[in-house]
Amino acid sequence: MNKPDLRVTIGSLVFKNPVLTASGTFGYAKEFEPFVNLHHLGGVVVKGISLVPRRGNPPPRIVETAGGMLNAIGLENVGLERFIAEKMNYLRGIGTRVIVNILGDSLEEYQTLAQRLSEVEGISGLEVNISCPNVKKGGVAFGTDPAMAEAVTRAVCAHTTLPVIVKLSPNVTDITAIAKAVEAGGAQAVSLINTLLGMAIDVKSRRPRLANIVGGLSGPAIKPIALRMVWQVAQAVQIPVIGIGGITTTEDALEFLLAGATAIEVGTANFVNPRASQEIVEGLGRYVLENRLEGIREVIGGLVLG
Amino acid sequence: MNQYEEQAEIIRQDQLTAEIFRLTVKAPEIASHALPGQFVMVRTAPCYDPLLRRPLSIHQTIGNQQVQLLYKVVGKGTRMLAAMRPGHALNLTGPLGRGFAFQNRSAICLIGGGMGIAPLYFLAREILRVNAPPKCVVLLGGRTAAELGPLPMDFKDIGMTEIHIATDDGSLGHHGFVAEILPQHLDSGHDWTVCTCGPHPMMKAVVGQCRQQGWQCQVSLETMMACGISACLGCAIPRADLSGPYLHVCKDGPVFNAEEVAWL
Repeated sequence: MNKPDLRVTIGSLVFKNPVLTASGTFGYAKEFEPFVNLHHLGGVVVKGISLVPRRGNPPPRIVETAGGMLNAIGLENVGLERFIAEKMNYLRGIGTRVIVNILGDSLEEYQTLAQRLSEVEGISGLEVNISCPNVKKGGVAFGTDPAMAEAVTRAVCAHTTLPVIVKLSPNVTDITAIAKAVEAGGAQAVSLINTLLGMAIDVKSRRPRLANIVGGLSGPAIKPIALRMVWQVAQAVQIPVIGIGGITTTEDALEFLLAGATAIEVGTANFVNPRASQEIVEGLGRYVLENRLEGIREVIGGLVLG
Repeated sequence: MNQYEEQAEIIRQDQLTAEIFRLTVKAPEIASHALPGQFVMVRTAPCYDPLLRRPLSIHQTIGNQQVQLLYKVVGKGTRMLAAMRPGHALNLTGPLGRGFAFQNRSAICLIGGGMGIAPLYFLAREILRVNAPPKCVVLLGGRTAAELGPLPMDFKDIGMTEIHIATDDGSLGHHGFVAEILPQHLDSGHDWTVCTCGPHPMMKAVVGQCRQQGWQCQVSLETMMACGISACLGCAIPRADLSGPYLHVCKDGPVFNAEEVAWL
């Protein structure tokens, strides 16, 4: 049998397949080495990196909900310099594209991160987190206001030679307005959605289940919302869209591609089935062969209406 | 890293009490690599609700082939697990985390409460496997004699000779908490290592006793956990001095030196 053509292009980058792993659900890739042939993946988006290490939120940080989970990790990470010193050497050898997710409290922080990471060998692109709901002074201010979103995109693009993907928050009235703003700011692609702000209460103690009170909802429960937003954004912008939100199976991934996503990121499913990302790559390959497609590209935006 | 995902066949599902089950599965990779105190992540059902795997400590391994889990039905996931029958397949990842340090100790006390007894049985078996086992005392606590079920006898059957029981209702052994009987059973002539697992208040009391007596103490902790492989960072706990980066139960633990962590 022929090898299915799963290649997709995002800006200046060709990916061997459209399956990436979502930031914050795949560690720094090494954690999944026992379970996944990392070089089979289209790419890996590593845990969000800030200029200085972050301790994250106090526990409890996660709670399970129907068909999903809430998290308020609070962007715990090793910081820029330790990431470069301790994680990049391994990541250079995994045989797939490495996208580094970055987050900051100010335009200057985003700029410094972009500039420094551009000097590091082995990084294919940056995913700019302007949408994490868990840090009070952080990303979310940039992610909910179109002018701020454009400004941070412009600032990052001016300080890097790497392709820039901006990750959007669903916690806004009109996600297409933010998408258009970051497109105007020079982003090569947008990825969406980040988690939906949610909450859970322990009725016995009458206390919130998360120490942070609120957290981000992820998992299969959010997939219909994510799919709708991807569909809307794909029509609103010219740049490629990367679909994220509850993708657990090959069929889920195909839905996002049909809605207009050029690639997808597997998130919470990695916790449930550590092999989920690789299984979706394999499933898309079978789909291309069974349907005698020239390549997975034919599926992108193939939603039939009317 | 010796971690595996295995589609494990269920060999036995033994109901020990109304709520407590002992599950035996065939999982050769996990069985041949597991150490006492390590855990597995169990996918209790191939569905989206409950979505996440459940962390369960390894109760024992049998002949490099089988893994045994001891668990209590506490919610939807464990109820689904209890409904599974021999022949069914169960997806496990493991062995995960850092286990007990029990080599080259002159005297070891195992003190467990409720489901916290589960990993201590595996530890007891491994302690007794060495040529000249250390002096060993086993202290088991439960709400009632019925809740402890066959567990005290299990420790006796593998060769543990000094076993003492405490129950909340006095139906077996000491009437009260198991931490209360710790000092009277550990003589001062030995350099004790105390390994404990159980409800938080019990472990806190044990840690307090150990501090007073100068005994080394290892605790096996439990938290909410999504991945079990230090990707989600959901299982954070504060360090003893409440500063610096959080510890993560799945990777830095689940077994910690009691002095590493905060006892709030």
